[in-house]
Amino acid sequence: MNGSEITIDALKKEGVDILFGYPGGVVIPIFDALFKENELNVILNRHEQAAVHAADGYARSTGKVGVALVTSGPGSTNAITGIATAKLDSVPIVIISGQVKNDFIGTDGFQEVDMSGITRSISKHNYLVSKIEDLPRIIKEAFYIAKTGRPGPVSIDIPVDVFSAVLKNYSYPKEVKLPGYKPTIEGNPKQIKKLAQAIQYAEKPLFYTGGGIIAANAEKELLDIVEKTNIPFVTTLMGLGTSSNDHPLYLGMPGMHGRYAANHAMMQCDLMIAVGARFDDRVTGDISRFAPNAKIAHVDIDPAEIGKNVKTDIPVVGDAKHVLTALNDLLKPRKANGWCVAVTSWKKETPLKYSQKEDEETAPQYVIERISELTDDNAIIVTDVGQHQMFSALYYKHKLPRCFLSSGGLGTMGFGLPAAMGAALAYPKRQVIAICGDGGFQMNIQELATCALNGITVKAVILNNQFLGMVRQWQEMFWNKNYSKVCLKQTPDCPPQCKGPNAKCPNKYLPDFVKVAEANGVKGLRAETVNEVDKVLKEGLAHDGPVIMEFMVRKEENVYPMVPGGKAIDEIIMGED
Amino acid sequence: MIEKHTIRLKVVNTVGVMARITGLISQRGYNINSIISTPSENPSIYTIHLVLTETEEKIEQISKQINKLIDVIKVTDISHNKNYIVREFIMAKISTSKKHGDILQLIDLFEAKLLDMAPNYIVVSVTGSPRKIKRFIEAIQPFGIQELDRSGEFAVLDV
Repeated sequence: MNGSEITIDALKKEGVDILFGYPGGVVIPIFDALFKENELNVILNRHEQAAVHAADGYARSTGKVGVALVTSGPGSTNAITGIATAKLDSVPIVIISGQVKNDFIGTDGFQEVDMSGITRSISKHNYLVSKIEDLPRIIKEAFYIAKTGRPGPVSIDIPVDVFSAVLKNYSYPKEVKLPGYKPTIEGNPKQIKKLAQAIQYAEKPLFYTGGGIIAANAEKELLDIVEKTNIPFVTTLMGLGTSSNDHPLYLGMPGMHGRYAANHAMMQCDLMIAVGARFDDRVTGDISRFAPNAKIAHVDIDPAEIGKNVKTDIPVVGDAKHVLTALNDLLKPRKANGWCVAVTSWKKETPLKYSQKEDEETAPQYVIERISELTDDNAIIVTDVGQHQMFSALYYKHKLPRCFLSSGGLGTMGFGLPAAMGAALAYPKRQVIAICGDGGFQMNIQELATCALNGITVKAVILNNQFLGMVRQWQEMFWNKNYSKVCLKQTPDCPPQCKGPNAKCPNKYLPDFVKVAEANGVKGLRAETVNEVDKVLKEGLAHDGPVIMEFMVRKEENVYPMVPGGKAIDEIIMGED
Repeated sequence: MIEKHTIRLKVVNTVGVMARITGLISQRGYNINSIISTPSENPSIYTIHLVLTETEEKIEQISKQINKLIDVIKVTDISHNKNYIVREFIMAKISTSKKHGDILQLIDLFEAKLLDMAPNYIVVSVTGSPRKIKRFIEAIQPFGIQELDRSGEFAVLDV
């Protein structure tokens, strides 16, 4: 078998059934082998970044390894943003890139870039396959590394001559031999005992959980513990869907756009039990004033996360599912104490609020609430990055894991549409909704054609405020309302004092997303007013095929609650009135 | 407290393993004092001695990050302040054109080795602790150092 055939065989043995890719000079041999192949579904994206995001969305929604296949040079560099996005959110993907012939490596050959050099700091691991004999072992290792321990992207760079080279006696390895890689799964029993004791003595304990719970499929183990001990919990953006939003002990998302109850509980607890969360600056705010009275326990599969941002009193290295199961065995049931009653009542006393009257422009929050209602809180929500992302996090009623996919760590605009394609291909019978802004949607808008041609039924929602809303919100609040380059309708002829889109703008829609949809063979719908929101949503959600649903929303709506950068997370602005 | 540490690594000898380690350290914003990579008794395993000057907490963090690299088998942190054995080897080309006392006596005193003697310079080598090396360099400074090459520091965990 040659390298191309070996690669395809290896992918199939790893359980891959779908591949996102883009051909190019050095990957013609493997695309030729794919031409004769009928088990693998190969989706031709329109840009390599989108191919990697699609593999990422597939991986996030299923928990399986997503795979993208790109060519050398520009194909590889286009994939970089997608790889970094997956790295920051610990998503298991394998990226196979073509490379120039071994003989040409280092000569600045046509379409040559040092892929293994470029991906070194943004992948969990990477490989350059210099000879065919190494190929089966490397693919085996790549999948193993991507999905075990703390998951992450692995890049395999394959020179074109390796695709063509023939290997006699090929067999796909059954095991990996990696002396330097042994993730710790079981937590140290002594440390778990220490944690159990700390919980027993704590008066104001709080669970702070993140994406690690979802990666470990440990939602049930967590809920078993919080319900047994009546300890309230918060989940990060990456942990949304760990429980239903209306779980009585759930306080919501903490952080910069976190809920009042969640942030105040973080600041006032005397024992914080972090599980699969990494004390990101968007969660902690001013770290020097973060959780001043709390003993910190940190459960994480990655030892390097423990003690990275905050001093940890009780470190436990291990997989969330295993550690929580062991912990549960040591815990005695606890009744809801005064602390539990207080923090859960804060949640009831501080509902999210926005205004929406019938004659007012549509509030973006209202659209999200309607989506939640009309999908029975059951859709897979994929977001782009910006205000709509936070509105989706706050206003959608999350209830299931792996159903809120969002670029949390890297904050990649352009993620929404292609990642939703990955999820929609994994779950063709479910509602998969890409919620985007008018800015980010244009960053991978070319994928509409891919959706139409392949019947990928992504329901794209564009909350169109004609601004780059999150940056505009910061400019409004902290930069004297200097709306520098955030108006998406700005032309060189605009008057300098203009404060944004208005009735005098020469183009009512630019781009006209409904026409863009139609030009790509996708259904396009638009709601100009709040009265049209339900009609558009119902029609779009019922349509059997990809749709753009555009909602013209309030231009200068802000995301609240908000903690300004550099403040402690209880210095929270709840709204404008 | 900021102090010198040798982080001793056992790594799989793969293409780019050194780049992974140095790249990781610069990516995380640390400076390397010295780095030495040599084959071990097993040719597929290399030993790397990496010297950094940082606080205990930062050394712990960087050790953990390095340990995460797939090709790194073992990480040992050796703090220089805790009486571990640290050695460095240097070679110096020292000018003999101007007289500043008896250089041969100095060589004797530091147990240096005379490797070559030319009309205008001599070449010597010295092995010793960081303090001894520092003192030796100070002592030969007045003669005029034409070239100085240092191996970087090795450390052995003495427990």
